[in-house]
Amino acid sequence: MGHSITLTVNGTSVTKEVEARELLVHFVRDHLSLTGTHIGCDTSSCGACTILVDGKATKSCTMLAVQADGSTIMTIEGLASNGELHPIQEGFKENHGLQCGFCTPGMVMTAVDLLQRNPNPTEHEIREGLEGNYCRCTGYHNIVKSIQHAATKMNT
Amino acid sequence: MTYIGKPIKRIEDDRFLKGLGKYTDDIKLPGMTYAYILRSPYAHAKINGIDIAAAKAHPGVLAVYVGSDIPEAVAGVPCGWQVNFKNGDIMKEPPHPLLVRTKVRHVGDGVAMIIAEDRATAKDAADLIDVDYDVLDAVVDPQKATAAGAPLVHDDVPNNIAFDWELGNPKEEVAAALASAAHVTELSFVNQKVIPNAIEPRAAIGIHDAAYDKYTLYTSTQNPHLIRLLMCAFVLGLPEHKVRVVGPDVGGGFGSKIFHYTEEALVIWASKKIGRPIKWTAERSESFMTDAHGRDHVTTAKMGFDADGKIVALQSNTYAGMGAYLSSFAPAVPTYLHGTLLQGLYTTPKINVDVTATFTNTTAVDAYRGAGRPEATYLLERLIDLAALEMKVDPAALRRKNFIPAFDGVEQEGYVTQVALQYDSGNYHPVLDKALEMVGYEDFRKEQAAAAANGKLMGIGFSTYIEACGIAPSAVVGALGARAGLFESAQVQVQPTGKVTVYTGSHSHGQGHETTFAQVVADKMGIPMEDVEIVHGDSDSVAFGMGTYGSRSLAVGGSAIVKSIEKVLEKGAKIAAHLLESSPEDLEYAEGKWTVKGTDKSVAFGDVSLTAYVPHNYPEGLEPGMDFSSFYDPANFTYPFGCHIAIVEIDPETGKVDLKRFIAVDDVGNVINPMIVDGQIHGGLAQGIGQALFEEAMYDETGQLINGSYMDYTMPRADDLPSFEVDRTVTPCPHNPLGVKGAGEAGCIGSTPAVVNAVIDALWKGGHEVKDIRMPMTPERVWTAMQG
Repeated sequence: MGHSITLTVNGTSVTKEVEARELLVHFVRDHLSLTGTHIGCDTSSCGACTILVDGKATKSCTMLAVQADGSTIMTIEGLASNGELHPIQEGFKENHGLQCGFCTPGMVMTAVDLLQRNPNPTEHEIREGLEGNYCRCTGYHNIVKSIQHAATKMNT
Repeated sequence: MTYIGKPIKRIEDDRFLKGLGKYTDDIKLPGMTYAYILRSPYAHAKINGIDIAAAKAHPGVLAVYVGSDIPEAVAGVPCGWQVNFKNGDIMKEPPHPLLVRTKVRHVGDGVAMIIAEDRATAKDAADLIDVDYDVLDAVVDPQKATAAGAPLVHDDVPNNIAFDWELGNPKEEVAAALASAAHVTELSFVNQKVIPNAIEPRAAIGIHDAAYDKYTLYTSTQNPHLIRLLMCAFVLGLPEHKVRVVGPDVGGGFGSKIFHYTEEALVIWASKKIGRPIKWTAERSESFMTDAHGRDHVTTAKMGFDADGKIVALQSNTYAGMGAYLSSFAPAVPTYLHGTLLQGLYTTPKINVDVTATFTNTTAVDAYRGAGRPEATYLLERLIDLAALEMKVDPAALRRKNFIPAFDGVEQEGYVTQVALQYDSGNYHPVLDKALEMVGYEDFRKEQAAAAANGKLMGIGFSTYIEACGIAPSAVVGALGARAGLFESAQVQVQPTGKVTVYTGSHSHGQGHETTFAQVVADKMGIPMEDVEIVHGDSDSVAFGMGTYGSRSLAVGGSAIVKSIEKVLEKGAKIAAHLLESSPEDLEYAEGKWTVKGTDKSVAFGDVSLTAYVPHNYPEGLEPGMDFSSFYDPANFTYPFGCHIAIVEIDPETGKVDLKRFIAVDDVGNVINPMIVDGQIHGGLAQGIGQALFEEAMYDETGQLINGSYMDYTMPRADDLPSFEVDRTVTPCPHNPLGVKGAGEAGCIGSTPAVVNAVIDALWKGGHEVKDIRMPMTPERVWTAMQG
């Protein structure tokens, strides 16, 4: 009953057998052991599972793994290059944009998409852009600052 | 000092930012199996029978267990705090079974555990279980639970009363003072049931190693050692030295992960039976139904004032919902963490607090960020703000008039309250002064008046709070009913090369201990932070620990570390004196070396540590090695305080509240890492504001949790909140070596009443003299209040 899917994950081509009902997030966590992508809810509300699918921030619990066949995905594990933090990751570190770290991968991947679409967001635009991601630790204050930090850095 | 007081970037961040954190559900072991708990869809029902045959026969299913499979001797998970009735009787403490045998008592009560080769199969099999229920009437309101004829949650608990409790001055004295008061403000209100909602759902992995007959439990907990103790000694009867409990990276707790939950004991118990590791991870809907909830108070309170505006008395009567069972520390929350805080920052001479704790057919309640202090603060700050409106006096001035005068706990004695506490140190005017300056109070009042003239509703709300952290000392809390000590342990292990491993019994689940504690260690030992590793969360590494809750980690756990460092340096001085051919008294230690006073003769820390492990040229009679443990039991609680101010604007057409600004000036004692302290405040503010505006566990009359998902339960999102304006004053704690008080909960304690007060203020200024709006203050509730 398995379905063979082939996709590019963090730059590497992967082919696996999956069940038709398997969610992309379970595929990423259980088959690829990329556990940086987290599951915080069962209603696509929290955003902890956000990854990039063909460059767009996507809640990986809203897609079946078979739907990702042929696509290119990036998870949090693929964002830093050669051990160097991506400017958004650096922004979070410099501005204490994370506490328990559980929502963080989803927040960071959402921010990647946000700054791709809008390299100079206002505070209001950042806050609206984070609407799909819950954080229970930071009150969002420092996450907003982190993304502002990253925007400045990526624009210079 | 090179690290303390500086906003050092967090050591733990790199692993979280790279997706390398290791939370319980991330752990995958060879032979792993997966458990799913079938839960009651009813709040109150008798179980006539459970048919598990089809589930057991389902391919991939390894075992199905129901309540009758659990040994009779295993009564269930225990309660760790005993409160007695006023008449001296012990509280009612019905068992909380691992799986229900006869009667389910809340939606989500566990009925069966299915273990299968994978998660989906376990869940599929759960659908094949047929439970024959007789549905019973339910009770969900903490006050209505005591009414004659109310359904009984536990058949042997009359009127659903778990205990009643009273503290303070005699009721008659308070009543007399209120009777002669120039003004009495009376308020009946609900401090609603809320759900902590750490973003990481709870998870547990049970492993039995047959070779050593040893168990390992990975669990998303705030206090691994306490879980081990409770599970071994009170639930499963396992030998404690044969059980390892690990709380790895934990994705937020806010109190909800303090407690010992049934699933932890279930996966351990079943792991030996099936001979394979078992992982259970909550789905979010399960978290809603089974994580301990918070608050749930129904209160009537009266605050009396003399003609000059001085508070003369306070009477408070509260029904506190416990939910269906007594969770680990639930009885302490409405009593010793709530009633004892009703002095607040004020000189109120007569206080009586009366609490009736009741069972309801809802999820158990326990400590949630602030635990009792938010409820106390809400009570006091709503009353004093409302009194100011009623008496037409300035709310800031009314508070100022009633503040306890400053005391440092050294030159001036700690302040003895009417409700059993002695505050450590306090200086309350400066936090109010600073907050008023930050908000621009006079200008705001002008702006508010102008807005009102234009039909716009703007309001300002104050909250000047005190709280109590680092609950202690053990002997005192023991006398108050705690069935555990409340000290902390720390081991400072100096490696031969001078690198330092610190094992702390505190547990970090977002607080940044790996950084803050390393700052303390590096400064106190005069070594670089890179040479310090903080280890926590594993009972096989850390000798003992009481965990993290009640904003205790630095005040209690940090103090234990300091004690061990003192022992290290004392021994180091003996070795250094030997090497320098001097005596320890003639040495001074600074910047990582011992120097003979008044000379340039010195020896470095690393040389001394190496000598301790290669003791060739060594003081006679001194043991080799450099490794010290300490237990620190504080002399008292610590008492942070602060002033929070909210500014809101209300849309008169819709009743929607827009939180425009939030100012928080907190005094948490000395600060090790201001960046982390600010972050703790921010997060607390969001949760406190969330309670005021968005959050409530909503039950219908049948006991159904009708908003048990993130689709329905509203928590603040990024665009619901403003950027916060925070600052602090510093009044050191006089009784711990770091002078710290605790910052984890302050934001959540002070903020809720500030927001509600701001809404009430806006309505009064707009001509709607409303005393109360039930939280959360949804547009519908605010709009309705405005219709008169």
